[in-house]
Amino acid sequence: MTTYPSSTSIVVDNVTKSFTLRYHRTLKQMAVAAIKGRDISNTFKALDGVSFTVEQGESIGLMGLNGSGKSTLLKLINGVMRPDSGTVLTRGRIAGLIATGAGFHPQLTGRENVFLNAAVLGMSEAETRRKFDDIAEFADIGKFLDSPVGHYSSGMFARLGFAVAIHVDSDIFLADEVLAVGDKPFKQKCLAKMQEIRESGRTLFYVSHAAGSVRKMCDRVIVLEQGRLAFDGNVDEGIKFVKYDDTDGEEHNPGETDDELGADI
Amino acid sequence: MTEAGHVVDAPLTPPAPRAGLIEVFRRRYLLRMLVQRELSARYQGSVLGLLWSYINPLSQLFIYWFVMGKIMGRSTEMFAVHVFCGLIVVQFFIETFNAGTRSIVRNRALVQKMAMPREMFPVASMLVSLYHMGPQLVILTIIVLLTGWTPDPVYLLGFLLALAIIAMLGTSLALMFSVANVFLRDVSSFVSILTNFVRFGAPMIYPYSLVDARFGSFAQFYLFNPIADAVLLVQQAFWVGSTKDPATTHAEHIPDNLFAYGFLALGIAAVMLLIGQRVFARFENRIPEQL
Ligand SMILES: Nc1ncnc2c1ncn2[C@@H]1O[C@H](COP(=O)(O)OP(=O)(O)OP(=O)(O)O)[C@@H](O)[C@H]1O
Ligand SMILES: [Mg+2]
Repeated sequence: MTTYPSSTSIVVDNVTKSFTLRYHRTLKQMAVAAIKGRDISNTFKALDGVSFTVEQGESIGLMGLNGSGKSTLLKLINGVMRPDSGTVLTRGRIAGLIATGAGFHPQLTGRENVFLNAAVLGMSEAETRRKFDDIAEFADIGKFLDSPVGHYSSGMFARLGFAVAIHVDSDIFLADEVLAVGDKPFKQKCLAKMQEIRESGRTLFYVSHAAGSVRKMCDRVIVLEQGRLAFDGNVDEGIKFVKYDDTDGEEHNPGETDDELGADI
Repeated sequence: MTEAGHVVDAPLTPPAPRAGLIEVFRRRYLLRMLVQRELSARYQGSVLGLLWSYINPLSQLFIYWFVMGKIMGRSTEMFAVHVFCGLIVVQFFIETFNAGTRSIVRNRALVQKMAMPREMFPVASMLVSLYHMGPQLVILTIIVLLTGWTPDPVYLLGFLLALAIIAMLGTSLALMFSVANVFLRDVSSFVSILTNFVRFGAPMIYPYSLVDARFGSFAQFYLFNPIADAVLLVQQAFWVGSTKDPATTHAEHIPDNLFAYGFLALGIAAVMLLIGQRVFARFENRIPEQL
Protein backbone atom coordinates (compact mmCIF):
# COMPACT_ATOMS: atom_id res chain seq x y z
CA MET A 1 0.00 0.00 0.00
CA THR A 2 1.13 3.49 -0.77
CA THR A 3 1.63 5.82 2.13
CA TYR A 4 0.19 9.26 1.99
CA PRO A 5 1.44 12.41 3.72
CA SER A 6 -0.41 13.54 6.82
CA SER A 7 -1.87 16.45 4.91
CA THR A 8 -3.87 14.17 2.62
CA SER A 9 -7.57 14.46 3.25
CA ILE A 10 -9.21 12.22 0.67
CA VAL A 11 -7.76 9.43 -1.42
CA VAL A 12 -9.73 7.96 -4.29
CA ASP A 13 -7.67 5.27 -5.93
CA ASN A 14 -8.80 3.48 -9.08
CA VAL A 15 -12.38 3.36 -7.87
CA THR A 16 -15.05 1.54 -9.79
CA LYS A 17 -18.70 1.29 -8.87
CA SER A 18 -21.24 -0.55 -10.97
CA PHE A 19 -24.96 -0.62 -10.66
CA THR A 20 -27.31 -3.33 -11.74
CA LEU A 21 -30.39 -2.21 -13.53
CA ARG A 22 -33.21 -4.66 -13.24
CA TYR A 23 -35.74 -4.26 -15.97
CA HIS A 24 -38.37 -6.51 -14.46
CA ARG A 25 -39.70 -6.66 -11.00
CA THR A 26 -42.30 -9.40 -11.08
CA LEU A 27 -41.73 -13.08 -11.57
CA LYS A 28 -44.01 -13.13 -14.61
CA GLN A 29 -42.12 -10.34 -16.36
CA MET A 30 -38.82 -12.05 -15.62
CA ALA A 31 -40.06 -15.34 -16.98
CA VAL A 32 -41.35 -13.72 -20.17
CA ALA A 33 -38.06 -11.90 -20.68
CA ALA A 34 -36.07 -15.06 -20.08
CA ILE A 35 -38.12 -16.99 -22.62
CA LYS A 36 -37.79 -14.29 -25.23
CA GLY A 37 -34.09 -14.13 -24.55
CA ARG A 38 -34.09 -10.52 -23.42
CA ASP A 39 -31.85 -9.18 -20.72
CA ILE A 40 -33.30 -9.41 -17.27
CA SER A 41 -30.72 -7.09 -15.88
CA ASN A 42 -27.83 -5.03 -17.03
CA THR A 43 -24.73 -3.87 -15.21
CA PHE A 44 -23.04 -0.61 -15.98
CA LYS A 45 -20.25 1.34 -14.43
CA ALA A 46 -21.35 4.55 -12.81
CA LEU A 47 -17.73 5.17 -11.85
CA ASP A 48 -14.89 3.68 -13.79
CA GLY A 49 -11.29 3.77 -12.60
CA VAL A 50 -11.44 7.16 -10.93
CA SER A 51 -8.31 8.26 -9.08
CA PHE A 52 -7.30 11.49 -7.37
CA THR A 53 -6.13 12.74 -4.00
CA VAL A 54 -7.23 15.81 -2.14
CA GLU A 55 -5.14 17.75 0.35
CA GLN A 56 -6.61 19.01 3.59
CA GLY A 57 -8.11 22.44 3.05
CA GLU A 58 -8.58 22.13 -0.68
CA SER A 59 -11.85 23.21 -2.15
CA ILE A 60 -12.93 21.05 -5.06
CA GLY A 61 -15.64 21.75 -7.57
CA LEU A 62 -17.06 18.54 -8.99
CA MET A 63 -18.70 19.02 -12.35
CA GLY A 64 -20.14 16.96 -15.15
CA LEU A 65 -23.37 16.31 -16.96
CA ASN A 66 -26.40 14.67 -15.38
CA GLY A 67 -25.71 11.03 -14.71
CA SER A 68 -21.96 11.36 -14.97
CA GLY A 69 -21.49 9.90 -11.48
CA LYS A 70 -21.00 12.94 -9.25
CA SER A 71 -23.49 11.95 -6.59
CA THR A 72 -22.24 8.38 -6.68
CA LEU A 73 -18.70 9.59 -6.06
CA LEU A 74 -19.88 11.67 -3.12
CA LYS A 75 -21.71 8.70 -1.67
CA LEU A 76 -18.51 6.69 -1.80
CA ILE A 77 -16.54 9.44 -0.10
CA ASN A 78 -19.23 9.86 2.50
CA GLY A 79 -19.33 6.13 3.20
CA VAL A 80 -22.93 5.47 2.26
CA MET A 81 -21.71 3.13 -0.45
CA ARG A 82 -18.56 1.13 -0.87
CA PRO A 83 -16.60 0.85 -4.10
CA ASP A 84 -16.69 -2.44 -6.01
CA SER A 85 -12.96 -2.15 -6.54
CA GLY A 86 -10.33 0.38 -5.67
CA THR A 87 -10.02 2.25 -2.41
CA VAL A 88 -11.54 5.30 -0.86
CA LEU A 89 -9.81 6.71 2.21
CA THR A 90 -10.75 9.77 4.20
CA ARG A 91 -9.27 11.55 7.18
CA GLY A 92 -11.47 12.88 9.93
CA ARG A 93 -15.15 13.52 10.30
CA ILE A 94 -17.34 13.96 7.26
CA ALA A 95 -20.53 15.96 7.00
CA GLY A 96 -22.59 17.34 4.22
CA LEU A 97 -25.57 17.01 2.02
CA ILE A 98 -25.66 14.14 -0.42
CA ALA A 99 -27.74 14.13 -3.58
CA THR A 100 -30.02 17.03 -2.83
CA GLY A 101 -31.64 16.67 0.52
CA ALA A 102 -30.91 15.24 3.87
CA GLY A 103 -31.50 11.76 5.18
CA PHE A 104 -34.61 12.78 7.04
CA HIS A 105 -37.40 10.64 8.26
CA PRO A 106 -40.66 11.92 6.78
CA GLN A 107 -42.83 11.04 9.79
CA LEU A 108 -40.69 12.83 12.31
CA THR A 109 -40.83 16.52 13.01
CA GLY A 110 -38.04 18.83 11.98
CA ARG A 111 -36.85 19.04 15.55
CA GLU A 112 -36.67 15.27 16.01
CA ASN A 113 -34.94 14.92 12.69
CA VAL A 114 -32.31 17.44 13.70
CA PHE A 115 -31.45 15.31 16.72
CA LEU A 116 -31.52 12.09 14.76
CA ASN A 117 -29.45 13.48 11.92
CA ALA A 118 -26.94 14.98 14.30
CA ALA A 119 -26.64 11.63 16.06
CA VAL A 120 -25.99 9.90 12.76
CA LEU A 121 -23.32 12.45 11.98
CA GLY A 122 -21.71 11.58 15.27
CA MET A 123 -22.83 14.44 17.50
CA SER A 124 -23.67 13.74 21.12
CA GLU A 125 -26.92 14.78 22.74
CA ALA A 126 -25.28 17.61 24.66
CA GLU A 127 -23.55 18.90 21.57
CA THR A 128 -26.80 18.90 19.62
CA ARG A 129 -28.62 20.75 22.39
CA ARG A 130 -25.88 23.33 22.50
CA LYS A 131 -26.05 23.92 18.78
CA PHE A 132 -29.78 23.52 18.32
CA ASP A 133 -30.66 27.20 18.42
CA ASP A 134 -28.01 28.02 15.85
CA ILE A 135 -29.26 25.25 13.62
CA ALA A 136 -32.87 26.39 13.92
CA GLU A 137 -31.87 29.95 13.26
CA PHE A 138 -29.87 29.05 10.21
CA ALA A 139 -32.64 26.89 8.75
CA ASP A 140 -35.11 29.65 9.51
CA ILE A 141 -38.22 27.62 8.85
CA GLY A 142 -40.15 29.07 11.76
CA LYS A 143 -43.12 27.17 13.10
CA PHE A 144 -42.61 24.27 10.72
CA LEU A 145 -39.83 23.03 12.92
CA ASP A 146 -42.40 21.09 14.90
CA SER A 147 -44.31 19.55 12.05
CA PRO A 148 -43.35 16.36 10.17
CA VAL A 149 -40.74 16.95 7.49
CA GLY A 150 -42.82 14.88 5.09
CA HIS A 151 -44.94 17.99 4.70
CA TYR A 152 -42.04 20.33 4.03
CA SER A 153 -41.42 21.98 0.73
CA SER A 154 -38.26 20.75 -0.94
CA GLY A 155 -36.57 24.05 -0.18
CA MET A 156 -37.38 23.80 3.53
CA PHE A 157 -36.16 20.24 3.54
CA ALA A 158 -32.83 21.28 2.08
CA ARG A 159 -32.53 24.23 4.45
CA LEU A 160 -32.87 22.10 7.51
CA GLY A 161 -30.52 19.46 6.16
CA PHE A 162 -27.92 22.02 5.31
CA ALA A 163 -28.29 23.69 8.67
CA VAL A 164 -27.57 20.46 10.53
CA ALA A 165 -24.69 19.41 8.29
CA ILE A 166 -23.00 22.76 8.53
CA HIS A 167 -23.01 22.74 12.31
CA VAL A 168 -21.14 19.48 12.60
CA ASP A 169 -17.48 19.99 13.42
CA SER A 170 -16.36 18.14 10.35
CA ASP A 171 -13.02 17.99 8.61
CA ILE A 172 -14.54 17.28 5.23
CA PHE A 173 -17.67 18.93 3.96
CA LEU A 174 -19.58 17.53 1.00
CA ALA A 175 -22.23 19.59 -0.74
CA ASP A 176 -24.21 18.07 -3.57
CA GLU A 177 -26.35 20.64 -5.34
CA VAL A 178 -27.39 22.16 -2.06
CA LEU A 179 -28.34 25.33 -3.77
CA ALA A 180 -30.55 23.76 -6.41
CA VAL A 181 -33.79 24.24 -4.50
CA GLY A 182 -33.04 27.09 -2.11
CA ASP A 183 -34.37 30.58 -2.65
CA LYS A 184 -32.05 33.47 -3.30
CA PRO A 185 -31.47 34.68 0.27
CA PHE A 186 -30.81 31.14 1.38
CA LYS A 187 -28.39 30.51 -1.46
CA GLN A 188 -26.47 33.58 -0.43
CA LYS A 189 -26.41 32.44 3.16
CA CYS A 190 -25.16 29.00 2.14
CA LEU A 191 -22.44 30.35 -0.07
CA ALA A 192 -21.25 32.61 2.72
CA LYS A 193 -21.22 29.67 5.10
CA MET A 194 -19.34 27.48 2.67
CA GLN A 195 -16.86 30.26 2.13
CA GLU A 196 -16.41 30.24 5.90
CA ILE A 197 -15.82 26.50 5.86
CA ARG A 198 -13.26 26.91 3.15
CA GLU A 199 -11.44 29.62 5.03
CA SER A 200 -11.37 27.54 8.19
CA GLY A 201 -9.18 25.04 6.37
CA ARG A 202 -11.68 22.25 6.03
CA THR A 203 -11.79 20.23 2.85
CA LEU A 204 -14.74 21.19 0.70
CA PHE A 205 -16.28 19.10 -2.04
CA TYR A 206 -18.84 21.01 -3.98
CA VAL A 207 -21.04 19.63 -6.75
CA SER A 208 -22.61 22.26 -8.89
CA HIS A 209 -23.76 23.04 -12.40
CA ALA A 210 -23.25 26.74 -11.80
CA ALA A 211 -19.95 27.93 -13.19
CA GLY A 212 -20.07 31.18 -11.28
CA SER A 213 -20.29 29.72 -7.81
CA VAL A 214 -17.65 27.11 -8.62
CA ARG A 215 -15.36 29.85 -9.77
CA LYS A 216 -15.93 31.73 -6.58
CA MET A 217 -15.78 28.84 -4.16
CA CYS A 218 -13.26 26.38 -5.51
CA ASP A 219 -9.57 26.23 -6.22
CA ARG A 220 -9.65 23.03 -8.23
CA VAL A 221 -12.15 21.42 -10.55
CA ILE A 222 -12.71 17.74 -11.22
CA VAL A 223 -14.88 16.79 -14.15
CA LEU A 224 -16.53 13.41 -14.60
CA GLU A 225 -17.66 12.13 -17.95
CA GLN A 226 -19.71 8.96 -17.96
CA GLY A 227 -18.05 7.79 -14.81
CA ARG A 228 -14.50 8.54 -15.88
CA LEU A 229 -12.25 11.27 -14.67
CA ALA A 230 -12.11 13.62 -17.62
CA PHE A 231 -10.43 16.63 -16.13
CA ASP A 232 -8.61 17.48 -12.93
CA GLY A 233 -7.00 20.85 -12.43
CA ASN A 234 -7.38 24.57 -12.70
CA VAL A 235 -10.84 26.08 -12.14
CA ASP A 236 -11.11 28.21 -15.26
CA GLU A 237 -9.85 25.47 -17.53
CA GLY A 238 -12.21 23.02 -15.89
CA ILE A 239 -15.17 25.25 -16.47
CA LYS A 240 -14.09 25.69 -20.05
CA PHE A 241 -13.76 21.94 -20.31
CA VAL A 242 -17.38 21.32 -19.36
CA LYS A 243 -18.36 24.24 -21.59
CA TYR A 244 -20.21 25.95 -18.80
CA ASP A 245 -18.43 29.23 -19.37
CA ASP A 246 -21.25 31.44 -20.42
CA THR A 247 -20.08 32.18 -23.95
CA ASP A 248 -22.38 29.76 -25.71
CA GLY A 249 -25.68 30.65 -24.07
CA GLU A 250 -28.10 32.61 -26.22
CA GLU A 251 -29.73 34.35 -23.34
CA HIS A 252 -26.46 36.04 -22.66
CA ASN A 253 -27.48 38.02 -19.70
CA PRO A 254 -24.86 37.23 -17.16
CA GLY A 255 -26.39 39.10 -14.29
CA GLU A 256 -23.31 37.95 -12.51
CA THR A 257 -25.05 37.13 -9.27
CA ASP A 258 -27.47 34.70 -10.90
CA ASP A 259 -24.60 32.85 -12.39
CA GLU A 260 -22.88 32.70 -9.07
CA LEU A 261 -25.93 31.50 -7.28
CA GLY A 262 -26.38 28.61 -9.58
CA ALA A 263 -29.16 29.59 -11.88
CA ASP A 264 -30.14 26.31 -13.45
CA ILE A 265 -28.78 25.71 -16.88
CA MET B 1 -15.09 26.64 14.73
CA THR B 2 -11.61 25.78 13.61
CA GLU B 3 -9.04 28.34 12.60
CA ALA B 4 -7.07 28.36 9.39
CA GLY B 5 -4.39 25.77 9.03
CA HIS B 6 -6.84 23.10 10.09
CA VAL B 7 -4.86 20.02 11.10
CA VAL B 8 -6.69 16.73 11.30
CA ASP B 9 -5.39 14.35 13.87
CA ALA B 10 -6.91 11.17 12.52
CA PRO B 11 -5.78 8.31 10.33
CA LEU B 12 -6.80 7.85 6.73
CA THR B 13 -9.51 5.22 6.84
CA PRO B 14 -12.26 3.89 4.62
CA PRO B 15 -15.31 6.04 5.37
CA ALA B 16 -17.86 3.24 5.46
CA PRO B 17 -18.56 1.78 8.91
CA ARG B 18 -17.50 -1.84 9.04
CA ALA B 19 -17.60 -3.21 12.55
CA GLY B 20 -21.16 -4.53 12.34
CA LEU B 21 -23.08 -5.36 15.52
CA ILE B 22 -20.24 -4.20 17.75
CA GLU B 23 -20.42 -0.77 16.20
CA VAL B 24 -24.17 -0.70 16.90
CA PHE B 25 -23.58 -1.00 20.61
CA ARG B 26 -20.74 1.47 20.49
CA ARG B 27 -23.19 4.03 19.18
CA ARG B 28 -25.79 3.57 21.85
CA TYR B 29 -27.01 7.13 21.70
CA LEU B 30 -27.99 6.76 18.08
CA LEU B 31 -29.58 3.40 18.81
CA ARG B 32 -31.61 4.94 21.61
CA MET B 33 -32.78 7.69 19.29
CA LEU B 34 -33.95 5.17 16.73
CA VAL B 35 -35.83 3.18 19.36
CA GLN B 36 -37.47 6.26 20.82
CA ARG B 37 -38.45 7.43 17.40
CA GLU B 38 -40.08 4.12 16.62
CA LEU B 39 -41.99 4.19 19.88
CA SER B 40 -43.22 7.74 19.48
CA ALA B 41 -44.23 7.14 15.87
CA ARG B 42 -46.28 4.11 16.86
CA TYR B 43 -48.80 5.93 19.00
CA GLN B 44 -48.68 9.25 17.21
CA GLY B 45 -52.15 10.73 16.88
CA SER B 46 -53.85 8.18 19.11
CA VAL B 47 -55.78 9.40 22.13
CA LEU B 48 -55.13 6.44 24.38
CA GLY B 49 -51.49 6.22 23.37
CA LEU B 50 -49.47 3.78 25.39
CA LEU B 51 -52.65 2.53 27.08
CA TRP B 52 -53.26 0.46 23.96
CA SER B 53 -50.34 -1.73 24.77
CA TYR B 54 -52.19 -2.73 27.96
CA ILE B 55 -55.62 -3.06 26.39
CA ASN B 56 -54.45 -5.31 23.61
CA PRO B 57 -52.88 -8.07 25.74
CA LEU B 58 -55.71 -7.81 28.28
CA SER B 59 -58.26 -8.45 25.58
CA GLN B 60 -56.30 -11.45 24.33
CA LEU B 61 -56.00 -12.78 27.83
CA PHE B 62 -59.74 -12.43 28.25
CA ILE B 63 -60.42 -14.26 25.00
CA TYR B 64 -58.27 -17.21 25.99
CA TRP B 65 -59.69 -17.31 29.48
CA PHE B 66 -63.27 -17.09 28.30
CA VAL B 67 -63.35 -18.98 25.01
CA MET B 68 -60.86 -21.70 25.70
CA GLY B 69 -61.11 -21.91 29.44
CA LYS B 70 -64.84 -21.44 30.01
CA ILE B 71 -66.55 -22.39 26.74
CA MET B 72 -64.29 -25.14 25.51
CA GLY B 73 -63.45 -26.14 29.02
CA ARG B 74 -59.79 -26.96 28.66
CA SER B 75 -58.68 -28.93 31.63
CA THR B 76 -55.24 -27.35 31.99
CA GLU B 77 -55.03 -25.55 35.28
CA MET B 78 -54.83 -21.74 35.05
CA PHE B 79 -55.19 -22.12 31.32
CA ALA B 80 -55.27 -18.38 30.58
CA VAL B 81 -51.94 -17.86 32.33
CA HIS B 82 -50.49 -20.84 30.52
CA VAL B 83 -51.47 -19.35 27.17
CA PHE B 84 -50.43 -15.85 28.14
CA CYS B 85 -46.91 -16.96 29.03
CA GLY B 86 -46.59 -18.40 25.55
CA LEU B 87 -48.18 -15.38 23.97
CA ILE B 88 -45.65 -13.01 25.48
CA VAL B 89 -42.71 -14.97 24.12
CA VAL B 90 -44.23 -15.65 20.74
CA GLN B 91 -45.27 -12.06 20.23
CA PHE B 92 -41.86 -10.77 21.16
CA PHE B 93 -40.41 -13.09 18.57
CA ILE B 94 -42.96 -12.42 15.85
CA GLU B 95 -42.80 -8.67 16.26
CA THR B 96 -39.00 -8.64 16.15
CA PHE B 97 -38.99 -10.85 13.09
CA ASN B 98 -41.69 -8.93 11.21
CA ALA B 99 -40.70 -5.39 12.09
CA GLY B 100 -37.02 -6.22 11.77
CA THR B 101 -37.53 -7.60 8.28
CA ARG B 102 -39.19 -4.39 7.19
CA SER B 103 -36.85 -2.08 9.12
CA ILE B 104 -34.32 -1.27 6.42
CA VAL B 105 -36.80 -0.63 3.66
CA ARG B 106 -38.86 1.51 6.01
CA ASN B 107 -35.84 3.61 6.90
CA ARG B 108 -34.61 4.01 3.36
CA ALA B 109 -34.51 7.78 3.60
CA LEU B 110 -31.76 7.43 6.16
CA VAL B 111 -30.07 4.40 4.68
CA GLN B 112 -29.60 6.01 1.28
CA LYS B 113 -28.08 9.22 2.49
CA MET B 114 -26.30 8.72 5.77
CA ALA B 115 -23.31 6.55 6.57
CA MET B 116 -24.17 4.45 9.60
CA PRO B 117 -24.02 0.81 10.60
CA ARG B 118 -27.21 -0.50 9.11
CA GLU B 119 -27.49 -3.32 11.61
CA MET B 120 -28.91 -0.50 13.74
CA PHE B 121 -32.35 -0.93 12.24
CA PRO B 122 -33.02 -4.62 12.90
CA VAL B 123 -31.53 -4.25 16.38
CA ALA B 124 -33.72 -1.23 17.09
CA SER B 125 -36.77 -3.26 16.00
CA MET B 126 -35.87 -5.93 18.51
CA LEU B 127 -35.53 -3.38 21.30
CA VAL B 128 -38.88 -1.82 20.41
CA SER B 129 -40.53 -5.23 20.61
CA LEU B 130 -38.82 -5.86 23.91
CA TYR B 131 -40.20 -2.57 25.19
CA HIS B 132 -43.69 -3.57 24.15
CA MET B 133 -43.34 -6.67 26.23
CA GLY B 134 -43.19 -4.50 29.34
CA PRO B 135 -46.95 -3.88 29.72
CA GLN B 136 -47.69 -7.55 29.07
CA LEU B 137 -45.28 -8.54 31.77
CA VAL B 138 -46.92 -6.13 34.19
CA ILE B 139 -50.33 -7.65 33.49
CA LEU B 140 -49.00 -11.18 33.81
CA THR B 141 -47.32 -10.42 37.13
CA ILE B 142 -50.44 -8.80 38.57
CA ILE B 143 -52.61 -11.74 37.56
CA VAL B 144 -50.35 -14.43 38.94
CA LEU B 145 -49.90 -12.45 42.14
CA LEU B 146 -53.67 -12.29 42.51
CA THR B 147 -53.89 -16.05 42.15
CA GLY B 148 -51.35 -16.70 44.88
CA TRP B 149 -48.14 -17.06 42.90
CA THR B 150 -45.07 -18.35 44.67
CA PRO B 151 -42.02 -16.98 42.84
CA ASP B 152 -38.93 -19.11 42.52
CA PRO B 153 -35.62 -17.27 41.95
CA VAL B 154 -34.08 -20.01 39.80
CA TYR B 155 -37.14 -20.15 37.59
CA LEU B 156 -37.08 -16.37 37.28
CA LEU B 157 -33.52 -16.62 36.00
CA GLY B 158 -34.94 -19.05 33.48
CA PHE B 159 -37.23 -16.26 32.34
CA LEU B 160 -34.21 -14.05 31.61
CA LEU B 161 -32.68 -16.94 29.70
CA ALA B 162 -35.84 -17.11 27.61
CA LEU B 163 -35.62 -13.41 26.84
CA ALA B 164 -32.00 -13.76 25.76
CA ILE B 165 -32.85 -16.68 23.48
CA ILE B 166 -35.67 -14.84 21.75
CA ALA B 167 -33.79 -11.54 21.50
CA MET B 168 -30.85 -13.20 19.79
CA LEU B 169 -32.89 -15.48 17.59
CA GLY B 170 -35.23 -12.67 16.54
CA THR B 171 -32.36 -10.33 15.78
CA SER B 172 -30.52 -12.93 13.73
CA LEU B 173 -33.57 -13.61 11.57
CA ALA B 174 -34.34 -9.91 11.31
CA LEU B 175 -30.78 -9.29 10.08
CA MET B 176 -30.99 -11.93 7.39
CA PHE B 177 -34.47 -11.17 6.19
CA SER B 178 -34.12 -7.40 6.29
CA VAL B 179 -31.42 -7.55 3.59
CA ALA B 180 -33.43 -10.07 1.63
CA ASN B 181 -36.39 -7.71 1.78
CA VAL B 182 -34.32 -4.97 0.18
CA PHE B 183 -33.77 -7.13 -2.87
CA LEU B 184 -37.22 -8.66 -3.01
CA ARG B 185 -40.08 -6.91 -1.30
CA ASP B 186 -42.08 -10.14 -1.28
CA VAL B 187 -39.95 -11.28 1.60
CA SER B 188 -41.83 -9.28 4.23
CA SER B 189 -45.15 -10.82 3.17
CA PHE B 190 -43.58 -14.24 3.23
CA VAL B 191 -42.23 -13.63 6.72
CA SER B 192 -45.58 -12.56 8.09
CA ILE B 193 -47.10 -15.82 6.85
CA LEU B 194 -44.20 -17.79 8.23
CA THR B 195 -44.69 -16.28 11.66
CA ASN B 196 -48.31 -17.45 11.71
CA PHE B 197 -47.01 -20.96 12.17
CA VAL B 198 -44.83 -20.06 15.12
CA ARG B 199 -47.79 -19.99 17.47
CA PHE B 200 -48.42 -23.66 16.93
CA GLY B 201 -44.85 -24.80 17.22
CA ALA B 202 -44.76 -23.78 20.85
CA PRO B 203 -46.72 -25.19 23.79
CA MET B 204 -49.16 -22.35 24.15
CA ILE B 205 -52.73 -23.42 23.49
CA TYR B 206 -51.77 -26.97 24.31
CA PRO B 207 -49.62 -28.10 27.25
CA TYR B 208 -46.23 -29.68 26.72
CA SER B 209 -47.45 -32.83 28.46
CA LEU B 210 -49.66 -33.42 25.42
CA VAL B 211 -46.64 -33.43 23.10
CA ASP B 212 -44.85 -35.74 25.45
CA ALA B 213 -47.81 -38.12 25.57
CA ARG B 214 -48.46 -38.15 21.83
CA PHE B 215 -44.94 -38.25 20.46
CA GLY B 216 -43.07 -40.06 23.18
CA SER B 217 -39.35 -40.04 22.48
CA PHE B 218 -39.80 -37.70 19.54
CA ALA B 219 -40.73 -34.99 22.00
CA GLN B 220 -37.05 -34.25 22.42
CA PHE B 221 -36.92 -33.01 18.82
CA TYR B 222 -39.73 -30.67 19.67
CA LEU B 223 -37.47 -29.29 22.37
CA PHE B 224 -34.78 -28.44 19.85
CA ASN B 225 -37.01 -25.56 18.86
CA PRO B 226 -35.62 -22.56 20.77
CA ILE B 227 -39.00 -20.84 20.82
CA ALA B 228 -40.63 -23.83 22.48
CA ASP B 229 -37.89 -23.85 25.10
CA ALA B 230 -38.34 -20.14 25.73
CA VAL B 231 -42.09 -20.56 26.17
CA LEU B 232 -41.58 -23.42 28.60
CA LEU B 233 -39.04 -21.38 30.56
CA VAL B 234 -41.55 -18.57 30.92
CA GLN B 235 -44.31 -20.98 31.91
CA GLN B 236 -41.95 -22.45 34.47
CA ALA B 237 -41.32 -18.98 35.87
CA PHE B 238 -44.92 -17.74 36.05
CA TRP B 239 -47.48 -20.39 35.35
CA VAL B 240 -46.13 -23.26 37.46
CA GLY B 241 -46.01 -21.12 40.58
CA SER B 242 -49.58 -19.99 40.08
CA THR B 243 -51.08 -23.47 40.14
CA LYS B 244 -52.29 -25.11 43.34
CA ASP B 245 -49.50 -27.62 43.57
CA PRO B 246 -46.44 -26.23 41.76
CA ALA B 247 -44.28 -29.31 42.33
CA THR B 248 -46.79 -31.65 40.71
CA THR B 249 -47.47 -29.23 37.87
CA HIS B 250 -43.77 -28.96 37.22
CA ALA B 251 -43.29 -32.70 37.19
CA GLU B 252 -46.22 -33.20 34.90
CA HIS B 253 -46.01 -30.34 32.39
CA ILE B 254 -42.42 -29.15 32.27
CA PRO B 255 -39.81 -31.39 30.64
CA ASP B 256 -36.85 -32.58 32.69
CA ASN B 257 -33.58 -30.89 31.74
CA LEU B 258 -35.42 -27.79 30.58
CA PHE B 259 -32.45 -25.66 31.56
CA ALA B 260 -30.12 -27.84 29.52
CA TYR B 261 -32.38 -27.39 26.52
CA GLY B 262 -32.55 -23.68 27.32
CA PHE B 263 -28.80 -23.27 27.18
CA LEU B 264 -28.67 -25.34 24.04
CA ALA B 265 -31.23 -22.98 22.55
CA LEU B 266 -29.12 -20.03 23.64
CA GLY B 267 -26.17 -21.58 21.86
CA ILE B 268 -28.23 -22.14 18.73
CA ALA B 269 -29.42 -18.53 18.88
CA ALA B 270 -25.84 -17.28 19.27
CA VAL B 271 -24.70 -19.25 16.24
CA MET B 272 -27.69 -17.96 14.29
CA LEU B 273 -26.74 -14.44 15.27
CA LEU B 274 -23.22 -14.93 13.96
CA ILE B 275 -24.61 -16.31 10.71
CA GLY B 276 -27.09 -13.45 10.51
CA GLN B 277 -24.32 -10.92 10.94
CA ARG B 278 -22.27 -12.65 8.25
CA VAL B 279 -25.12 -12.72 5.77
CA PHE B 280 -25.90 -9.11 6.50
CA ALA B 281 -22.31 -8.00 6.02
CA ARG B 282 -22.10 -9.97 2.81
CA PHE B 283 -24.99 -8.16 1.15
CA GLU B 284 -24.91 -4.85 2.98
CA ASN B 285 -22.84 -3.30 0.22
CA ARG B 286 -25.70 -3.46 -2.18
CA ILE B 287 -28.38 -2.15 0.14
CA PRO B 288 -28.37 1.60 -0.61
CA GLU B 289 -28.49 1.21 -4.36
CA GLN B 290 -31.30 -1.33 -4.31
CA LEU B 291 -33.68 0.74 -2.24
N1 LIG C 1 -29.12 3.14 -6.99
C1 LIG C 1 -28.87 3.14 -8.30
N2 LIG C 1 -29.20 2.07 -9.05
C2 LIG C 1 -28.94 2.05 -10.36
N3 LIG C 1 -28.35 3.06 -11.02
C3 LIG C 1 -27.99 4.16 -10.33
C4 LIG C 1 -28.23 4.26 -8.93
N4 LIG C 1 -27.76 5.46 -8.50
C5 LIG C 1 -27.26 6.08 -9.59
N5 LIG C 1 -27.40 5.30 -10.68
C6 LIG C 1 -26.94 5.64 -12.04
O1 LIG C 1 -25.59 5.99 -11.98
C7 LIG C 1 -25.33 7.06 -12.87
C8 LIG C 1 -24.67 8.20 -12.13
O2 LIG C 1 -25.61 8.77 -11.26
P1 LIG C 1 -25.29 10.00 -10.33
O3 LIG C 1 -26.47 10.24 -9.48
O4 LIG C 1 -24.00 9.77 -9.66
O5 LIG C 1 -25.16 11.18 -11.38
P2 LIG C 1 -24.87 12.72 -11.12
O6 LIG C 1 -23.58 13.01 -11.78
O7 LIG C 1 -25.00 13.04 -9.70
O8 LIG C 1 -26.03 13.40 -11.94
P3 LIG C 1 -26.85 14.74 -11.62
O9 LIG C 1 -26.09 15.87 -12.21
O10 LIG C 1 -28.12 14.53 -12.35
O11 LIG C 1 -27.04 14.83 -10.17
C9 LIG C 1 -26.65 7.42 -13.52
O12 LIG C 1 -26.71 6.81 -14.78
C10 LIG C 1 -27.67 6.81 -12.62
O13 LIG C 1 -28.80 6.39 -13.33
MG1 LIG D 1 -26.33 14.13 -8.53
